[in-house]
Amino acid sequence: MTATPVQRQRPLGVYLAMGVLFGIVLTKGELVSWFRIEEALRFKGLYLYEVFASALAVAAPGFALLKRRGIALPPKAFGRGVRYVAGGAVFGLGWGTVGACPGPLFALIGAGVGVLAATVVAALAGTWTYGYLRPRLPH
Amino acid sequence: MQDLLHQPWPWYVTGPVVGLVAVGLLAIGHKPFGVSSNLRHICAAWLPGNVAYFKYDWRRDGLWNLVFILGVVAGGFVGGVLLANPHPVAITPAAVTSLAKLGIHDFSGLVPRELFTLHMLLTPRGFVMFIGGGFLIGFGTAYAGGCTSGHGITGLADLQLPSLLTVISFFAAGAAASFFVLPLLVSR
Repeated sequence: MTATPVQRQRPLGVYLAMGVLFGIVLTKGELVSWFRIEEALRFKGLYLYEVFASALAVAAPGFALLKRRGIALPPKAFGRGVRYVAGGAVFGLGWGTVGACPGPLFALIGAGVGVLAATVVAALAGTWTYGYLRPRLPH
Repeated sequence: MQDLLHQPWPWYVTGPVVGLVAVGLLAIGHKPFGVSSNLRHICAAWLPGNVAYFKYDWRRDGLWNLVFILGVVAGGFVGGVLLANPHPVAITPAAVTSLAKLGIHDFSGLVPRELFTLHMLLTPRGFVMFIGGGFLIGFGTAYAGGCTSGHGITGLADLQLPSLLTVISFFAAGAAASFFVLPLLVSR
């Protein structure tokens, strides 16, 4: 799932630093804000959409440039597409209920919202259950 | 200066930095940016059981990402505690009105203080919100093979059709949950 065409070894500190940067942008950019998420999901403001659009405006040309140099992301198999619609719907229900997605869950724990540690444990149980049921689920 | 550091970042700074993190991970380490795979890696490390989905070399595939989310927790402390915004979040007046109808009146901090408590977790409504919601997040992201970061940023920016499908689906379901499920859990 996470295998990349070229494996490159970097000191783990590099990923730690990137994670710290991402945690800071998640909190300072209010992407972890329950209020911002609900504002977007209730279509009461553009903030989150502007963030997404500008993130894609940077990432899309960046990925395209890297692809030309032979550094490409692994393509996701389409299959029948069921997993994307169904999995997305299940995830979306949880996202709208808690008001946080996986990245923000971790950042909010760092920001002192301790109760979300229980949500991470529940998410682990959800992922484990998926793994267990995977052979019987349509993909 | 002190004030500048504590101010929230505008969207035109936030979005591009998120984009740079995704591009940076691919450029520097040839890694795909995505947070939810870590849930799988943690399961694979701690409780693989006899499940094929968890039988892989999580150190080789996932250690970098687990270190990355450790950084996210630390970054959350820096951005959410050390550099915390002292003012209430500047959501639109329409959003304030909409949330006030649900009984939310304190707009300071990153989450509603009255809801995100240990006490609330121990109530039936809080259990549904924090445990039920978390379970769905973990199940759904594994099923779809990504979340807001892996599909919403990485996959979309790489113009992958499965990611577009996933994003449309989770936005629609997220809106539905916010309109129809959330009121049952927070209104008093």
